[in-house]
Amino acid sequence: MTTDTRAADQTQTLDAPATADEGWRRRHLLDLDDFTVDELEQVMAATDTMKEVLSREVPRVPALRGTTVVTLFYENSTRTRTSFELAGKVLGADVINIAASASSVTKGESLVDTVQTLQAVGADVLVMRHSRSGAPYLAARHATCSVVNAGDGLHAHPTQALLDLYTMRSALGDVHGRKVVIVGDIMHSRVARSNMWALTALGAEVVVCGPPTLIPAGLGTTTAPASSPDARAFSPRRDSKEHPRMETELPPVRVETDLDRAVEGADVVMALRMQLERMHGGFVPGAREYSRLYQVNAERLARAKPGALVMHPGPMNEGIEISHEVAHGLQSRVEEQVANGVAVRMAVLWLVTRTGARGGIRAVGRGAL
Amino acid sequence: MSERLLIAGGRVVDPANGRDELADVLVEDGRIARVGHEIVADGARVIDASGLVVAPGFIDVHTHLREPGLEYKEDITSGTRAAARGGFTTVCAMPNTEPAMDTRSVVEFVLRAAGERAVVRVLPIGAVTRGRQGDELAELADLADAGCVAFSDDGAPVADATVMRRALEYATGLGLAVIDHCEEPSLTRDGVMHEGWVSTRLGLRGQPAAAEEAMVARDIALAEAVGAHVHIAHISTRGAVEAVRAAKARGVRVTAEVTPHHLTLTHEAVAFGADGRAAELAYETNAKVNPPLRSADDVAACIDGLADGTVDCVATDHAPHAVIEKLCEFDDAAFGISGLETAFALSMRLVHGGRLSLAALVERMTLGPARALGLERAVLGIGTLAEGAPADIVVLDPDAAWVVEPERFASKGKNTPLAGVELRGQVVATMAGGRLVFEREAALMAAGGTHG
Repeated sequence: MTTDTRAADQTQTLDAPATADEGWRRRHLLDLDDFTVDELEQVMAATDTMKEVLSREVPRVPALRGTTVVTLFYENSTRTRTSFELAGKVLGADVINIAASASSVTKGESLVDTVQTLQAVGADVLVMRHSRSGAPYLAARHATCSVVNAGDGLHAHPTQALLDLYTMRSALGDVHGRKVVIVGDIMHSRVARSNMWALTALGAEVVVCGPPTLIPAGLGTTTAPASSPDARAFSPRRDSKEHPRMETELPPVRVETDLDRAVEGADVVMALRMQLERMHGGFVPGAREYSRLYQVNAERLARAKPGALVMHPGPMNEGIEISHEVAHGLQSRVEEQVANGVAVRMAVLWLVTRTGARGGIRAVGRGAL
Repeated sequence: MSERLLIAGGRVVDPANGRDELADVLVEDGRIARVGHEIVADGARVIDASGLVVAPGFIDVHTHLREPGLEYKEDITSGTRAAARGGFTTVCAMPNTEPAMDTRSVVEFVLRAAGERAVVRVLPIGAVTRGRQGDELAELADLADAGCVAFSDDGAPVADATVMRRALEYATGLGLAVIDHCEEPSLTRDGVMHEGWVSTRLGLRGQPAAAEEAMVARDIALAEAVGAHVHIAHISTRGAVEAVRAAKARGVRVTAEVTPHHLTLTHEAVAFGADGRAAELAYETNAKVNPPLRSADDVAACIDGLADGTVDCVATDHAPHAVIEKLCEFDDAAFGISGLETAFALSMRLVHGGRLSLAALVERMTLGPARALGLERAVLGIGTLAEGAPADIVVLDPDAAWVVEPERFASKGKNTPLAGVELRGQVVATMAGGRLVFEREAALMAAGGTHG
């Protein structure tokens, strides 16, 4: 966390070099899987700064004036897109929103073509949401501008994890040694994946909980510092004799299939959205049984630490993965998550543009193409 | 053609005749005339093979030549040139063309085109079912008469067990094998890579090993029940190898092939590149292949299977694609690896790693595939250096190191995960029917020279 003085210094103009971006090297934000503790701290510190900006009477600074941010969304997401758009506008960037159709692939325009076209017309930052895992990596490989992953398939949603982290730290101070339980459809959740990386990097004890059909292969087979043998009620068969890389390439979380046991003593309980199509897809028998076993409700929350935080990346299916009373109860941080989303995305846009990545004529002029 | 050609002084590896020694090979009129020591052949052109290995030309029982219909990916000209560069003198062309090779006319077209343009022998594999739809049997006898050496709906399994049973029974009457791409489709729906920790890491949908193992078990049960010959295409999991081993032990007529990539690469190549050195997650579409690259344990089982003969042969599953079919999101990329031109060198990793002898590898690329599909009935002496056999010969440098440069492939398919990777083992020259169809260095030929 940055100090108050540092935050105050930065926010006077926000376009002078500030401590929080010192040594920032990432042109793209694709995932948090390789983030160092220092880098996570830098984002948190920059977010503090942005929070201060947002609290002003006129929440506008010209930090990104002259910068063009394009949001390229191949999937609908009012919440994330609006959050990025607002973040860019607060910082004075020009923001262009493009709702791309995933079917443009079949119409012949490839993702690479789209990315190169957008940066040629001047996009400095491409904020991308895509239904295909890895799509932002493909974009980044062919881009001179910055690429910010706003959610790719089942893979990653780094800004969501950063805002979750920020929200947790605002309430808890530090996540080190804290028990965070992530409940629900882990297999199809990019939010869960990015959160696991950030939280374990900072020393949190992460327990993921859901029906065995929704726990992805290999998860929980790496050793978490605080794991107990009985926590692996379901330990997926697969690849135990793997390459040693396995020891490091999945985040060290515990897998638990019994929610009552999982939430025991938790500091944070995060419910994930349960997509209705998963129920029809045979992953679970139906909404009734799912909510009976995995709904975060008052009774279960009582097993967590007193005052444990309740979080949800939204949009919520109240009555399915979370009860109405808990979703809107005193322990809920859901609205705060949304509010912090703007500040975190301001921080991200600001940091990635510190690297000087550019689109358009300027990129050509710099010999970057 | 009355040309005489002497391949002199090489280490001749001819598993069919139990030969692995320094010897000369004399070729006359497109056939092997003699293999022996200090052959004197006045007036013959001489290839100095000293320090090199001389072996029967490789046979690939699993090649996608893409013609007719998909010539933008590959055609018979480019595909057979790629084969020649890879040391292959016979390729079995898979029927997933457009239209599918499910009628005599399509087979005749392929054979006629091959006669005009192929630089190596092309043996067609007919479709099992009409349009490879998995519903009704194609006219298998007519396909066999036209020259098909086996049947397969490759690219897809014969999903319906009764259709598979009938195909096996019917093919038995023709004395030919049914080759099955073993994948239980209800288990692989939407799966784009092996299900395991890497698919979790990448957020990609997985295909479980059990999808292959369930289908292999079914096919073995059917083949056993009706006394037919089933050939398992591109085996890739430990469970599948063990099932074939057990079936062979009790006398089931089952044979199997494994690809060089399933012998050497794991699912990690998708995330970190074939050399494991990608700076960021690679989502390497060139490593997207079906069956998918599996775990290290599966690779070890495939190697063991190949070494102990459970797996009869190496086959490339050469699957060329256009650039745009790989330069896209991983989910949308085509499955397949362009494999003909790296097959030998990649497989040599097993030899250099002490897992397989060179002679055994040569066997699995020559006699092994010939016997697995009974190709000697179509071409007498194929896969051997027996006197009178077609002069299908490959000259190899087992130790030469080279870096894979897909842009130099003869294949139109540049889709390999091995770009930039150094391999050891090189095809120096390939002779098909006595004709030199590939030569790495012009210096090799001492044209018109006389030996001795």
